[in-house]
Amino acid sequence: MKNMTSKLLLALCAVIAAPVFAAGGEGVKLDPANINLRDTESLQRGAQTFVNYCLSCHGAAVMRYNRLQDIGLTEAQIRDNLMFAGEKVGDTMKVAMAAKDGKAWFGATPPDLSLIARSRGADWLYSYLRGFYRDDSRPTGWNNRVFDKVGMPHVLWELQGDQVPVFEKVKNHSTGKEEEVLTGLKLVKAGSLTTTNDKGELDNHEYDARVRDLVNYMVFMSEPVKVKNEQIGYFVLLFLLFVLVPISYLLKKEYWKDVH
Amino acid sequence: MSKLQQAGQQVLNWVDERFPLTSTWKAHVSEYYAPKNFNFWYFFGSLAMLVLVIQIVTGIFLTMNYKPDGNLIPGTNISVAFASVEYIMRDVAGGSIIRYMHSTGASMFFVVVYLHMFRGLVYGSYKKPRELVWVFGMLIFLCLMAEAFLGYLLPWGQMSFWGAAVIVNLFGSIPVIGPDLSEFIRGDFVVSDATLNRFFALHVIAVPLVLLGLVVAHLVALHEVGSNNPDGVEIKKNKDPKTGIPLDGIPFHPYYTVKDILGVAVFLAVFSAIVFSVAGFSAEMGGFFLEHPNFDPADPLKTPPHIAPVWYFTPFYAILRAIPSFWGTQVWGVLGMGAATVLIAFLPWLDRSPIKSIRYRSTTFKTAVVLFLIAFIGLGILGALPSTNVRTVIAQIFSVIYFGFFLGMPFYTKNEKPSAPVPDRVTFSTCRQKVMFFVYVAIALGGAYLFAHTV
Repeated sequence: MKNMTSKLLLALCAVIAAPVFAAGGEGVKLDPANINLRDTESLQRGAQTFVNYCLSCHGAAVMRYNRLQDIGLTEAQIRDNLMFAGEKVGDTMKVAMAAKDGKAWFGATPPDLSLIARSRGADWLYSYLRGFYRDDSRPTGWNNRVFDKVGMPHVLWELQGDQVPVFEKVKNHSTGKEEEVLTGLKLVKAGSLTTTNDKGELDNHEYDARVRDLVNYMVFMSEPVKVKNEQIGYFVLLFLLFVLVPISYLLKKEYWKDVH
Repeated sequence: MSKLQQAGQQVLNWVDERFPLTSTWKAHVSEYYAPKNFNFWYFFGSLAMLVLVIQIVTGIFLTMNYKPDGNLIPGTNISVAFASVEYIMRDVAGGSIIRYMHSTGASMFFVVVYLHMFRGLVYGSYKKPRELVWVFGMLIFLCLMAEAFLGYLLPWGQMSFWGAAVIVNLFGSIPVIGPDLSEFIRGDFVVSDATLNRFFALHVIAVPLVLLGLVVAHLVALHEVGSNNPDGVEIKKNKDPKTGIPLDGIPFHPYYTVKDILGVAVFLAVFSAIVFSVAGFSAEMGGFFLEHPNFDPADPLKTPPHIAPVWYFTPFYAILRAIPSFWGTQVWGVLGMGAATVLIAFLPWLDRSPIKSIRYRSTTFKTAVVLFLIAFIGLGILGALPSTNVRTVIAQIFSVIYFGFFLGMPFYTKNEKPSAPVPDRVTFSTCRQKVMFFVYVAIALGGAYLFAHTV
């Protein structure tokens, strides 16, 4: 058995070695999104936010509407609540705006969002969608904490309200000069999902939850098979670890009796 | 003998009179005598074969739905090729499993082959009379790198595009013919649809064909001279005087077939955990098996901030970056990277010691192997990170160790004294050796981890 465990461990070591040296670059600190792909209600709310707020400028060219059946919706529900432009339920989420127009209007074609969660990651999206602040130097009047000089305006503004940046003077160690560094954001005007009062207390949790639902949905959309594959995977692993490995171990032991 | 068996025997006889079926089976499987003391390291040959089959079979099914077309779908910034990969991931029955098997298989192929090569290195499997086995193996490795590079372009994501752009541009640094050569490879002035189409052709037929031929040559050469073993003892020197069978040999079938089945079962457990993203693994493997920026469609106008090759190329990429350009050309880095791969093939002639196994080799050689391993893993880590001044200097030191290991070998292996007498017959590894093996693996992994987080 000792020999066996050594083999198992080594095989594991070989593949664990890869992510071990995954050193991240230094960038903006991201907030954890804490999404849950098995929370279908959250996914459904996210889908609703997505088709209402994102889909007018961004497309999801490889995501079919009827795939939303995976998150517990019926075709009729999808057609009645989430489709606005007369598409068929088997169509993909195409954008109405032409790529060329987008480029002219925003400076860059808004990227397709089908797989954005896989390239940016959930935490990035969660921080990005909560990181817009007022900046009059930008053409749209908005800037973003995690994506400086972004071309996209704050689409969820009516939900979140206005945030202003908080700068701090920090001495740059290499140049010795004082520089203004963005240290945080402050909500100054409440939106429909946030509240502020005179004492400066604010309540973001409803907006954060809405963004979390949206990010949850975008992660689902980037890999709709994920949950299903995981379920299959557990059966595959159970079979391998509790049937094939023990049987082949016993078979080997039986055959090798006369060698050892 | 039953009637059915008789009929079967008759069919077999009929075939054997016309085709060497039984004799081939005997020569390569049932009467191929392999040393009985194979250890853990000897699983990786058969596992490489398994992964090759996985890649070919999944590859066939992928080509049924993949479209090598770099043109954009009207109204979007997504190409037909990129969308067809996602079509496989979403709309093809079982498509995501097939695709992840193929993408995981690519990385696991290198995991398995690197371990297989390391086995050859430490047990002297490249030495006389197995020089050709080693050379064929190195040609397989080169083919594998070409195959992986060509295949990585096909999803047509940002890393596919820019990785290919960087590597093809390397050829452009070759004096006189360089620029024309890289244009010839691309079939265009930039990486484009033409490049994608030819890379697809090379990936699905040209290179696999050569690869299969080389695998056959690798095995035929091996079975001609017989397998080495952890003691580096030639089992053919001690044959039973009556039967002529090596005393320390056992027939490959059934002994090693059943043992390899066990290896396959354990390997498949790890492989499946990655493919299905369970038990803490994921098909992306933290961005090392599938790089995150490659989920962005290729954009020829937007260079990613950090272009990193997939993990299995990083040691060689680090060597490329470590070598500075001088005399007005950057060709030295390219030559260095090429030399780093080709040099390995000359190992049989660089090593002048007759001792095969590391178990009996001198402390000098053992030290050299440890340094080489540190340099290789270190370069692998550095190649994945953006370069800084400090990292470049460390990469340069590791590159010197890497080349020193090979080029210095004729000198430090000359007149080598064995650390212990080489036995006449094969031995099984002791409990102490097994424990020490764990310790070495732990040191290597721990060291790599510390290095990656401090550098």
